[in-house]
Amino acid sequence: MKTTRHPRSTGYAVFLAPGLLLALVFLVVPLVMTFYYSLTAWQGIGDPTFTGLDNYTRLFQDADFWASFRNIAFVIIGIAVVPTLLGLFLAALLFDYIGKKHGDGLVGIFRSGLYLPQVIPVAVTGLMWGWILAPEGAVNSLLDKIGLGSLAENWLGDPDLALWVVLGVLVWMQLGYPLVLFLSGLQRIDPELYEAASLDGATWWQRFTRITVPILRPEVYVVLVTTTIAGLKVFAQIFVLTGGGPGNSTLVPAYFAYQNFFERADVGYGSAISSTITLLVLIIAGTMLTRQAREDG
Amino acid sequence: MTTDTTTPPRTHKTTAPGHAAPRRTKRRTAGKRRSAGSYAVVAAVTVFVLAFLAPFAIILLNSFKTSADYRSHGSLSWPEHWNWDIISDVWQRVDFTQKLINSIEISLGVVLIAVVLALFNAYAIGIGRIRWRTAFLVFFLGVNVLPQEGLVYPIYYLFKEMGLYDGKLGYTILVGVTYSAFGTYLLSSVFSSFPRELIEAASLDGAGRWTILWRIILPMSWPTLSVMCVFFFVWSWNEFLYPLVLLISNDNQTVPLGLSVMQGQYTSDPTAMSAAALLGVIPMIVFFLVFQRSLTRGVTAGAVK
Repeated sequence: MKTTRHPRSTGYAVFLAPGLLLALVFLVVPLVMTFYYSLTAWQGIGDPTFTGLDNYTRLFQDADFWASFRNIAFVIIGIAVVPTLLGLFLAALLFDYIGKKHGDGLVGIFRSGLYLPQVIPVAVTGLMWGWILAPEGAVNSLLDKIGLGSLAENWLGDPDLALWVVLGVLVWMQLGYPLVLFLSGLQRIDPELYEAASLDGATWWQRFTRITVPILRPEVYVVLVTTTIAGLKVFAQIFVLTGGGPGNSTLVPAYFAYQNFFERADVGYGSAISSTITLLVLIIAGTMLTRQAREDG
Repeated sequence: MTTDTTTPPRTHKTTAPGHAAPRRTKRRTAGKRRSAGSYAVVAAVTVFVLAFLAPFAIILLNSFKTSADYRSHGSLSWPEHWNWDIISDVWQRVDFTQKLINSIEISLGVVLIAVVLALFNAYAIGIGRIRWRTAFLVFFLGVNVLPQEGLVYPIYYLFKEMGLYDGKLGYTILVGVTYSAFGTYLLSSVFSSFPRELIEAASLDGAGRWTILWRIILPMSWPTLSVMCVFFFVWSWNEFLYPLVLLISNDNQTVPLGLSVMQGQYTSDPTAMSAAALLGVIPMIVFFLVFQRSLTRGVTAGAVK
């Protein structure tokens, strides 16, 4: 008896030691330090001066901070909401229509094409889109060529337009993720269910809303949670495409924090910004996960 | 699996695109007809996908044009002749060979660190069922979602203090540890459903915990591990904020960073910018084509559990 019980309960903890220790050193220590810095005035050299909640009161009166949060709402639409809706539609179209009539090979090709932007470095896609959207770039020359030259714009340079254009680029980058997830979720569906529905005269739209969408609920949930969190952290896309500009029209919190850390040497204030995002992310993730855990039983 | 061929294969058994024949033939016999309408839908989706991928085609075209060609014909024309000078020029200017070596070195290091740490962590949590395992799991989940911008400044500061700043070693460990949190979460859930009889039988035969890990767990979890390797490699390759702050010299910069520098410096040189984007896209397209199956499978593995 003793020999079977032995390896079950003891001696395994040692395997956790290196991973736990490194996570504490590289992730938890910096986290705590950021929270501490957020309560100080510090330029990155010398000793931080404790200032209590001053940075936070300043933060909540800062128009740039609120602009960055408004922009995050747009980013979440571009990174979470639109790709999910579009992904649902495309997944159903590919699975329930094209896959059935023309085979899965074709579906695989479409899926790969739409997933491709997901593996390209964001900095590089940003470089590419920045080039295409430049005033003399491909989009404007295309408009010119088809006789719509009057619609040409400085896509990323116009404060009223830049955020919408960024949103479009985000959709392009992100679409593949929900699509791949949804397509694989649809494998769970018993094909007979669709066939029975069709025999009963259900239209494609009815099958979509009554069968496809309900079955994909877990995947939709996962996509919305993970991409909303990713949206709050968005940095590289903005850094490369617009630098937060023009003005603060595409500023996001992560970039705002970066500016304070490394361009303005206002580490205390930057830490207050990033602590706020960190708390927000932890709260959202915590809520979602407890909800999921409760649903799973 | 053996009898009912109409049942779609489970997620991880999904075959790669060219191998889906068995299910397809079954479906086609189920009375589905192709109509003119269905071809129209396929045509529409094809156009959509091609338009979706058009940016890649555009930078491909413009990376081979001379500046004169670009100025007189714009960005949408076919190059007058395929000119490799711009690409090789940009290659040298950003020292692309060095950037590729850096990225490969770092990404392989990250994969190794992340996978080994995750394997050990998950072995303790999922197989060993150590005390407070749920608390540890929640801990790893929590650190997994931490935004990098909330950690980057202290890391920058500490790395400077410890002499790890602008070096590949510290950076690689940092990113490896970061990913290990996700890997721990993923592997723990895989391990928790691992057949316990196998482990008990092995330990009755006198196998120690190392032997069990090495001889039983490792081989059996290889499918998940390989998907993790592929994903960590891509993630690491594509990292931006950490390398932007921590790897500043030419000798240490990664591919995306080295190329994004072009953004500021050569805006007046459109074909060079295009070539830089193309250089950044190619390695990952190649990687995508090789590991496509693991990638599409991995998206599911990471998300659903």
